[in-house]
Parts: sequence; structure tokens; C-alpha cells
Amino acid sequence: MRIDSHKCVACGNCLAVCPVSAIYIDPGIRRATVDLDECVECYACHNRMSKEHLNPTLVRTIRGFLRLLRIRFDPEPDVCPTSAFAPEELTWPRSIRRAFSDPCVPHESTGVYGRGTEEVKTNDVTNRVGSGEVGFTVEFGRPAVGARFREVQAVTMALARIGAVFEKNNPVTAVMPDPSTGAINPDVLDEKVLSAIVEVKTPQAMLPAVLRTIKEVAATLDTVVSLGVSVRCDPNGENTVEGALADEGYRVFRGKTNLGLGRLMNLEVQPEAAAVRP
Amino acid sequence: MTNTLHRYGGPENFQDDFIVFIRNSKGRNDIGSIPKLKTFLQTALRHRPVTISQYRYGSTVRPADHLHPGIHWNRPVQDLTPEQVIEEITQDHTAAAIFETQEAMEGFLRDVKAADWGLSVNVAGLTAPVHACAKRAGIVRHSVEYSLGFQGALDRLPERPVLELSTMCGHSMVSPNLARKMLDWVREGRRTPEQAAAYMGRFCSCGIFNPARATRLLEAARPVAR
Repeated sequence: MRIDSHKCVACGNCLAVCPVSAIYIDPGIRRATVDLDECVECYACHNRMSKEHLNPTLVRTIRGFLRLLRIRFDPEPDVCPTSAFAPEELTWPRSIRRAFSDPCVPHESTGVYGRGTEEVKTNDVTNRVGSGEVGFTVEFGRPAVGARFREVQAVTMALARIGAVFEKNNPVTAVMPDPSTGAINPDVLDEKVLSAIVEVKTPQAMLPAVLRTIKEVAATLDTVVSLGVSVRCDPNGENTVEGALADEGYRVFRGKTNLGLGRLMNLEVQPEAAAVRP
Repeated sequence: MTNTLHRYGGPENFQDDFIVFIRNSKGRNDIGSIPKLKTFLQTALRHRPVTISQYRYGSTVRPADHLHPGIHWNRPVQDLTPEQVIEEITQDHTAAAIFETQEAMEGFLRDVKAADWGLSVNVAGLTAPVHACAKRAGIVRHSVEYSLGFQGALDRLPERPVLELSTMCGHSMVSPNLARKMLDWVREGRRTPEQAAAYMGRFCSCGIFNPARATRLLEAARPVAR
């Protein structure tokens, strides 16, 4: 993302809305500027700020006059008055930043919007996490810190070493040339993204080993890791994972509950179309 | 998307935050699901949700491409009606309704079960009350994903009130700096909590930012005589 210095009036509104604080007022040119190394191409500034399309010269004149009088205009904080954001066409490997940061574009590898994975939200039709298994979602960079793939790789390689199996339909797995090693494509290791979710699945007996491995490696990183653990319930809707998590020191009280109301239906609705879809 | 999983706060902080969402699975039950998403949201409106949303465009608060300058003096806290949100659904993906009471959520779950759309329905919130409400609605939960919170470089995280607000968009589109600015503006009396919640909500592209919880958190941060 770039900011058109001819349009920018240095109002400063965009500084606060950038999730990773990559925008600043450059004192040399007195315009808002994007630190391209820190920018994760999430498009929060371009897509989520309202736009006024005002004449930059007019706005600068009014702002300058008010400043002389020590009067501060109190504008709406989510508005770019002159529509100064100028998205660039992203090329590889920088394009991976937007794929992992802008929830409004689908991941090419999975076709799924958001962070590119269905997790257990559709477990009732995918059986992604089956009985006796535990799924882990290890999300890097969230909230609002961002992560480089080099940091993600530190954990994925550690998980691979203990035998965790990576979910195939996941965008991070898609950038691993050989998922059995956990190594990530070297092209992208220094790219920074807002969030990358690693998904692995193991037998429930391995729960302590996986949790300890993640905790140990996460402590060495310069980013934050959000951890989720998913489990299939028994026919009564119960599970034994809460107790196992408590044994490891995790007090869980909030989560996502899949109500089990989904079922396979494409074949019923449109057999031919369903047959050719992935 | 763990968009609703890792909201920050203790158990007492989520009594007014239950997100019920419906979604299809690509290649499995996505064909013909658009009318079901619309009916899901229409049904939710009967139970007075805090807000509704659809994944592609968001909730009833939205950024504008051509904002009139006069809006600085008279901006509504809602940009669209719920009916307009429903009408906009053109892609088969995800729709959500946010409830601030267990009773409303449970009533909606009863309707959801009766409707039998065949799509996956999830509830993000406190797992024990959700489990209990689902049981009373005649639903046996299939799977659960628990949030274990944050690890790693925790010193890089912002302060608690900011995290409570900004993590309501799990895609991190609500910047901590904006949340902090809104907390300050409410304290300074420059904006009401409702207005501040709407500003932040406009950044949540899939619209699951809970404006009622945000308003409560912003009110709590304001040092008024009680």
C-alpha cells in the first residue's frame, strides 16, 4: 500500500487505523507514509476508511488556517478526506502478505475467505477432527502484532519433529514444499503477515506434548501466538479434553461450538455440479 | 478464520456476547445456500439480536466510498438497516447474528433446529452456557474449539481495555490504536460510547464486532459519578 503524497493532507486519521502501526507522518515531506517493511497489506486503511474525495489544496488551506488560530477541527476519525490511498499491484512474494492479511480476499490454495480455513466450523460435514483426535489451531501474529513466516516455521518444524500432521486444506500447509518437515518456502520467510493459522491434528494422547512444544517455541518468538484446541464430542455432546487442558494449566471457558446441524447436500441438489467441484 | 474465537476478557466479561453463525462448506453443501443464509438472518431478527452481518460486506455499519462532508456534524450510528444487510447477500458463505442474552440466543437456536437448513451452525461464546442452551433447544453439540489464549511475546500486546475492544474483530482489522483513541475520546466527552463503537465496527469487515459489548466496555472506561 502506498499513500499519494499529492493527495495526502497529513490529517493523521490513518495512523490510528493501521493494525500494525505501519503508517507515520514523514517529517521531511509532512505527509503520511507507509513503512513498507512493516505493512502487511491488510487494506484496512484503503477498504475500511470512508472517503470524501475533497480537493487536497482546499483541505490543506483550511487546516492551515485553523492551525494558525490554534483551533483543532474534530473530524470523523475513520475518514480519509482526500482518498489518498493508492494500492499497488503486488508481486510474489509480497503478494502473500495480502493473502494472509486481508480477510476480504480468498486464499488461492483453499478458496476460503478470512484466514483461509474452515477449521471445525464445518466439522459436522468434513469430519476434519474425528473421535479420539484433537485439532490445534496455532495462529501467529494475532492480535495486531503481525508475524514473519520465519517465526511460523520455528513452530511448524518443531511440530513436525514430534509427528504432528498438518491439515491439507490450510494456506500455511500450502506454502510447505514438504509438510512432513514443517519447512516453509524460503521465498516467503521474511514476509510479514497479519495472521497465519497453522492447523495440526494428533491423537488425544499427544495433547500434552503438542501444547508443551508450542509453549516452548512460542517463548522464543518476537510475536504472539493464539492457540485453539478443537475436539469432537461424544453422542451426548460431552468431551474429555477440558480436563486434559486443565491438567496442563489451561482454564478454558470460551470457544466455538459446532451444533452438528450440517450435512452433505450438494449431491442431492445438483449431482453433476457437485461431482466436478473440489 | 478464528474470527470469533480469541476475544479477550474473563468469563464475567462475556455474558452479553453470543455469536451464532451459519456457513456452508465448499464443495459439500454450498450449492443453493444463499436463500438459507437470508432466511437465517430473517429468523434471527425475530429474536432481537444486537446486530446481524454477512461475511462479504459486514454489518449495519459500513465505510462509505463517497462521504458527504456534512456527515461530520450529523452521522448516524447505523449506516444500513438489517433488511438491507440481508438483501445484499449474493455469495454463499457466512452469516451471523449477535445476541446479548442467553434467552434470546436459546430461542433462536430452537428456530434454527426446526428450520433444518443442513448447513453448519456454530455459536461463539462461553462454552458452558452455550452447551446448556443447546441442550434445552434439543441440540447435541458436535464439536468444540476452545480458546487457550495468547502465548509468546505478550509484552507486545496492548493494555486490557484496548484488547477487550480490538479483539472483537478476530481478523485484527480493528486496530488497537483506534480502540485506544476511542477510549480516550469517550473519556474526553468528544464522542458517545455508541458513536465510538460504530467507528470501530466499520473496520470489522465481516461484521461480528459486538456494538453492545463495546458500548458497555466504553461506558466502563468513562469516569462518571455512579
